[in-house]
Amino acid sequence: MSLNTIKISDGFSHFMPKEYVDLVERGPYGRQVKVSEMGSFKEILEEHPMCAGCAMTLFIRLTMVGLPAPEHTIIVGTAGCGRLALSQANIPFIYGNYGDTNAVASGLKRGLSIRHPDQPKDVVVMAGDGGLVDIGFSALMHSWFRKEKFTTILLDNEVYGNTGGQESGMTTKGMVLKMAPLGKKFEKMDVIGLAKTAGLPYIARIAPTNPTRVANTIRKAVLIAREIGPTYVQAYTSCNIEYAIPTPKVMDDARAVEKERYGFMEIISDEAKEYLARVEKDSKKAVPAS
Amino acid sequence: MQRVVTPDYLFFEAPRERVFITGSEAAKEAIRRSNVDIAISYPITPQSETMQQVGYLYAEGYLKDYYRGEEEIGVMSAISGASRSGVRALTATAGPGLLRGLETVVSWPGGRMPLVLLVMCRVVNAPLAIQPDNVELSYLLNSGNILFHAENQQDFFDYTMKAFVISEKVEVNLPVVVAVDGFFVTHARGYVDLPPKDIKLPPRDPYMAATPCMDNENPPARISRDAPIQKSNFISYHMHASWQQEVFAAHERARRHVDHYLGGAIEVVNPGAEIMLVASGSAVSQAREAVRQAEEDKGVMIGLVKVKSLRPYPRLEVINACKHAKKIIVPEFNYVGWHNKEVKATLYGHSNAEIMDGPRVFGGMSMPTEMILDYIFPTKGKKF
Ligand code: SF4
Repeated sequence: MSLNTIKISDGFSHFMPKEYVDLVERGPYGRQVKVSEMGSFKEILEEHPMCAGCAMTLFIRLTMVGLPAPEHTIIVGTAGCGRLALSQANIPFIYGNYGDTNAVASGLKRGLSIRHPDQPKDVVVMAGDGGLVDIGFSALMHSWFRKEKFTTILLDNEVYGNTGGQESGMTTKGMVLKMAPLGKKFEKMDVIGLAKTAGLPYIARIAPTNPTRVANTIRKAVLIAREIGPTYVQAYTSCNIEYAIPTPKVMDDARAVEKERYGFMEIISDEAKEYLARVEKDSKKAVPAS
Repeated sequence: MQRVVTPDYLFFEAPRERVFITGSEAAKEAIRRSNVDIAISYPITPQSETMQQVGYLYAEGYLKDYYRGEEEIGVMSAISGASRSGVRALTATAGPGLLRGLETVVSWPGGRMPLVLLVMCRVVNAPLAIQPDNVELSYLLNSGNILFHAENQQDFFDYTMKAFVISEKVEVNLPVVVAVDGFFVTHARGYVDLPPKDIKLPPRDPYMAATPCMDNENPPARISRDAPIQKSNFISYHMHASWQQEVFAAHERARRHVDHYLGGAIEVVNPGAEIMLVASGSAVSQAREAVRQAEEDKGVMIGLVKVKSLRPYPRLEVINACKHAKKIIVPEFNYVGWHNKEVKATLYGHSNAEIMDGPRVFGGMSMPTEMILDYIFPTKGKKF
C-alpha cells in the first residue's frame, strides 16, 4: 500500500522529472537490492550537501541499500552533519530537537504499531555521537532498557562536525580538539558495553570499508528490531574536515582505524539468530516481485 | 465497552450525572471518554496523580499504550513521535517539568502536531517550592500552542475532551494545552457533571490533517526536506516566516471552534459594570466571590470577564466586554503579571479605563477576596 506514495498519477506521468520516473521504475522500493547492483537502480540518496569525501555519506548511502523495506521505513535524526544527507533521502525523515531521537522514535514506533498492527513499519534512528551519546544519552539508554523495537545507528565521527570540531564523549582520549585544548581527558565512551548491559539482541561495530558488509549489517539490525528488540550499529564515519584527512585518503584512514581499534564486531542473541534464519528461509521461498 | 458518539452529543446532549471529585479525577474521566490511543507519563507534583490514574485506565483497556518515559524531555519528544505516527496522544506536566521539556513543546506547533498536554501549574522559580503558581503559562503564551485555562474541576473535565477535538480540526492541527492551577483544582474536590462512561469521542483521523502523519502510507510533509530551511540563507527566512505565520493563522481559524465547543472564549458577569475584573483559571473563582461580596456587603455591582482561552486570546470579546469600564483589575496567581500585560496590550487604544497593577499572589498563596476588594475599595494604610 505504501508504494502508492511514490506512484505517479497517470495524467502527470508525462510531466514528471526523469529522475522521479527513474526512482519509481528502478528504485529499491518493494524489493531488496544489493550493493553489487549499485549503479543499476535509482538510489534513495544520491545528492547531498555534505563535505566532499565525508565517510558518513558513504555509510548513509550504503545504509539505504541495506534497508529491508524502505517503503515502510521512517528515519529519525537530530542536529548534526548526518541529517543534511538524511533529509535529502527519499524516505520520511523526522528532524527533531536536540537529543530527542530515541524518545521520538519510541513514541513513533508505538504509534505505528497501534495503527498498523499487520504491516511492520521500521523506525531507524541515525545520528551522530554528539546527538546520541552526549545530549541524547538518556533517551538512548532508556529506549534500550525499555526494549523499544527500533534500530539505532550511531554515525561515530568522534567529533562535533556540524558545530565546528568540538570534543564529544566518543572522541578518543588525548585528542586535541576545540573545547579540549589540552587533549580529551577521559576515554571514549563504551557504548557497545552499555548496549551489552542493556541486553540488546543485536549489536554491531563497523567501518565503511566493506560496502556489502555495511548493507548486510543494516538489514540484519532492522529486521531484528522489527521482531525481537532494540538493535545498535556503531559505525566509524570519519570527519575528514575536523581530523584533517585529505579526501583521497578517507578510506585509507577508515581501514587503518578499523585495523587498529574499530574492527568489525557483531553480537547477536540466539533468539535473533533463529529469527533471521527464518526470515532468510522465507525470503528465498518468496516469489520475487514483478 | 464504549460506543463512539459525535463530539456535540458527548459535550452538549448526553445526560450528565453530578459527582464530587478532584481535578485529577476529572481529568481521568475526560481521558476515559476521549478515545486516547497512547499516554506517556512522567511524574511531577502535582500532576503525578492524574497520570497514575491514566495508567489505571490503560490497565482497564481504555488506552492502547501507556508508559513512563525517562524524563520530561523524553516524554515531550515521545509524544511528538506518537502524534506524528497518527495516533491520539496525551501527556501532562507541571511547572519545572514543562520548562525542562520546553524546547520540544514549542516545536510541536511548527510540526503541526495535534496532541493534548495538561499542565497542572506549579511554582518554577527559586527558592524551590511545589505550591501552585502559574508563571509557567507566560512561557506558553507565544509558543504557538493553543492554551486554555480551566477555572475548576468541571472546566478541566470539559476542556480536556474538547481540546482533542479542536486540536485535530484539519484547519487547526495544533497542540492544545489545558492548564489548571495545581492543588487548588487538582487536589481539591468540586462538583462535575459527567456524561456516561460508556460513550467516547470518534478516533483521530490522521489523514484529515494539515500535514500528513509519518506512517509512510502517504507522502510526508517535509518541513526539513532541504538543508537551506535550517541554514542561514535567503530562502530560510521566508520559509521560516511563512511557516510561523501559518501557525498563528491556524490560531485564528481555531477561534470558531473555541466559540462553539467552549461556549465562547469568555464568560461575562454583570456586563456594563464600571469596574471589571478580568481573570483566568482559579483567579476567576476568587473574582466571582469578590463580585458577590461587593454586591452584598457594599451594594456595588462589579463585573467579571472570565477568559477561557488564553491562546487564541479573545481580543475583540475582551475589548467589547470592557468598553464601559472605568477601572479594570486583573487578579492572577503569579508574580510577573502576564495576564495583566495581556489585558493592557489588548485594550491599548480601545479603552480609557485605569488598568490596575495587580492583585497578584504567588509561591503557593491563595488569594483572599479582600485582596481583590481592596483594589476596588482601597482602605488607607491597610494593604494586602
Ligand atoms: S564536517 Fe566532517 S562529518 Fe560533517 S560533513 Fe564535513 S567531513 Fe562529514
